[in-house]
Amino acid sequence: MRRPVLDVSALPPIAYGSRTTIWWGVLGLIAIEGAALALTAVAALYLRQNFMTWPPYGTPPPGLAAATANVVLLALSVWPMYVADRAAQRERRLPVIIALGIACVFNVATLALRGFEFAALNCWWDDHAYGSAVWLLLGMHAAHLVASAIENVLLLALVVKGPLERKHFVDVHVNALYWYFIVAVWVPVYVLVFLAPRWS
Amino acid sequence: MSAELAVRDVDDAATRAALEVTWAPPRGVLGLLGTVNHKVVAIRYIVSAFVFFALAGVLALVMRAQLAYPEARLVGPDLYNQIFTVHGSTMMFLFAVPVMEAMGLYLVPLMVGTRNVAFPRLNAFGFWIYLIGGALLWGAFLLNAGPDAGWFAYVPLAGPDQAPGKRIDVWAQMITFTELAALVGAVELVVTTLKLRAPGMSLNRVPLFVWAMLVTAFMVIFAMPAIMVASTMLAMDRLVDTHFFNVAEGGDALLWQHLFWFFGHPEVYIIFIPATGFVSTIVQTFARRPIVGYPAMVLSLIATGFLGFGLWVHHMFATGLPKLGESFFTAASMLIAIPTGVQIFCWLATLRSGRVLVRAPLLYVLAFVATFVLGGLSGVMVASAPLDLQLHDTFFVVAHLHYVLIGGSVFPLLGALHYWLPKMSGRMPSEGLGRLTVAILFVGFQLTFFPMHQLGLAGMPRRVYTYLPETGWGPLNALSSVGAALLGVAVLLFVANVAWTLRRGARAEDDPWGADTLEWSTTSPPPAYNFVHIPVVESRHPLWTHPSPRVVTGLRIDVREVLVTDAIDAVPDHRHMLDGPTLYPFLTAMAAGIGIITAIFTPWGITVGVVLTLPPLIGWFWPAGEAIAGTTREKA
Ligand code: HEM
Ligand SMILES: [Cu+2]
Repeated sequence: MRRPVLDVSALPPIAYGSRTTIWWGVLGLIAIEGAALALTAVAALYLRQNFMTWPPYGTPPPGLAAATANVVLLALSVWPMYVADRAAQRERRLPVIIALGIACVFNVATLALRGFEFAALNCWWDDHAYGSAVWLLLGMHAAHLVASAIENVLLLALVVKGPLERKHFVDVHVNALYWYFIVAVWVPVYVLVFLAPRWS
Repeated sequence: MSAELAVRDVDDAATRAALEVTWAPPRGVLGLLGTVNHKVVAIRYIVSAFVFFALAGVLALVMRAQLAYPEARLVGPDLYNQIFTVHGSTMMFLFAVPVMEAMGLYLVPLMVGTRNVAFPRLNAFGFWIYLIGGALLWGAFLLNAGPDAGWFAYVPLAGPDQAPGKRIDVWAQMITFTELAALVGAVELVVTTLKLRAPGMSLNRVPLFVWAMLVTAFMVIFAMPAIMVASTMLAMDRLVDTHFFNVAEGGDALLWQHLFWFFGHPEVYIIFIPATGFVSTIVQTFARRPIVGYPAMVLSLIATGFLGFGLWVHHMFATGLPKLGESFFTAASMLIAIPTGVQIFCWLATLRSGRVLVRAPLLYVLAFVATFVLGGLSGVMVASAPLDLQLHDTFFVVAHLHYVLIGGSVFPLLGALHYWLPKMSGRMPSEGLGRLTVAILFVGFQLTFFPMHQLGLAGMPRRVYTYLPETGWGPLNALSSVGAALLGVAVLLFVANVAWTLRRGARAEDDPWGADTLEWSTTSPPPAYNFVHIPVVESRHPLWTHPSPRVVTGLRIDVREVLVTDAIDAVPDHRHMLDGPTLYPFLTAMAAGIGIITAIFTPWGITVGVVLTLPPLIGWFWPAGEAIAGTTREKA
């Protein structure tokens, strides 16, 4: 049968950025996790109204060293991730392997620092609502770091030895998007958990 | 490289034969647990949601039997607490939200003209997680461990001191499951709508139902995190002694209410907005003319979506908030009546100016309009802070919420199922039985819930398991219980109609109602791949304006390829391969389920969950390494 058609066979079988479905999917994930973090932050500020001082009397404010080091480390980690991202968009395997490998090292290092950050909170979650709030905020961000570590290592393994398909470069690309989000939200979490208790 | 307009020889038979192979439904275990066909998943979702609706309905009948006369001895106070909590929680979390999303998951890909949802495996995962959550709640209830602090589980009543045992923990983890599923569904709906629309379906041509689901999905994305945060805090307070809600240690009980209602009020719109999508669709089809005021309708939907987030405090007027705040939220609550009013006027104007064909789905809609106007009125009443103080926690509120939820959502939903049943099943439902169902439903509903307004004004509190004869509440309660029995009959009639349709119904044509949207351009029921050719859309009402449209060719048909278009104008952008059936989403859901349920008893459940889900997750994403060299295309 002859009929008018729209022939799409010349369109590319792959794309990057907001052109793809997976980019929008990851954006959705970011929106969800961003909303959850924002609400937790608001809840912490709400609880703060119940305290004469924040942290409450008897609890020293949190130590800054590890957390501040993590600000630096996370900021630096953007660079290898960005390189991996760009290399992925050019579909070049070796640069992706190297850059993603470095990003993995950064990711694991931030997790190690996170252990010291928890210790530096100077209280337990069951001491008082202050303790509950700061542990939850820090814990939520830590959960993102863990999830990302698993994802980064698996992606790296895939790029190194899996049956690599072009779509996996898109995965590396959107994985970077998620990492940027984790780095970005660390700033407000850091301010709220580590700096704000020194201001009151 | 771009898409090319042309006139070609198109071999439909060959294309169809190839698509049948590529999209063939899996058999055996894989078919049972591994399918990723959005229609199969959605129908399972809808059927499960209706099973939960029936179960919660049975609980409602038990409550009505218990309240039918003073000092009844059918159920005691403890069981009654569990019953209304499980009834409310099931209706909200296991029926209303999931069933609306499931309707979207069935219809949206068909209405926007694509072959599946954007992430088929994730979609299957969402369904399994939902099912486990439902099984958890009902399993616990049957073991006498059903939650008993009301569907909003207020602290301190739900806190560790006043609610020892595991009942509330079951509730909190049921929330984890159902919100996860709701969020998965929302992401599917957003991305499918924005990126998989048929070429030419620019945003101003998107069917109103799809618009409604899009707004709903955005609301889910921003509302559900609130209750996930809240229920996580509650579970932690109960399990690891945090103090989020423990006033003695600087925690705050009102924090729970804020977080809950920041989700809970939008929740009402998450249930109601899809229903307006059903209504718009049905009104347009049976008025046989384009809806009046399409832009106004779309703007109303969006406005409702935003305003829905500004109202949560009206559930807390009785908590003694600052006066100015109360006035603000009173005003905002009244404001939201405006976009809803606009929609109602557009529907009425469409009907007034159309050539109306009266069929059962339209009767459901009329029952909805009548009921909803009444429910909205009582809503505007309780939205005002001074009046709410009087009526708070009385049966007036029970009446109001059922007017909105049943009148506003269940009526349109049943109408929608009647309307789309021919597409889903390939057979026509009985018109006569449908009309009878509407009539009994409407009468039963008014009998059940109208008297509750009066009971509330007369001072009958909600959530009491019985009352004394001297209160004088007996006769109206008896009336209400008779109505509930009628409602039960109506639901049975509806189910009977579906059963009859599946066995005896006349074969349905592609477009039995003469509707305009794309799902009616394919066979009833649609094939696994939905369309032989992806359609090209040239107007807002594709089936009304050009019966033999241009179609898309050049997609690969030896793999599950779909066309990705741009978010605003639906200009073809690239081709994209979707994943096929696999057991991994099911296994991942099982593993996560074990972890979450373990977390009811010990915080190590989280660790267990992470460790258990890792292997199936790897299996899910690790490429199977199949040959992907072939490039069979549609003959063009
Ligand atoms: C089918 C007929 C139904 C009947 C006869 C019915 C009956 C009742 C009754 C008598 C109560 C009040 C219990 C009390 O406070 O003592 C109640 C509560 C409730 N119902 Fe229904 N109901 C029905 C359907 C629904 C539906 C479809 C939904 C939601 C979609 C729903 C949602 C709720 C909620 C959220 C509560 C509040 C539970 C609580 O207090 O925690 N009901 N229902
Ligand atoms: Cu509300």
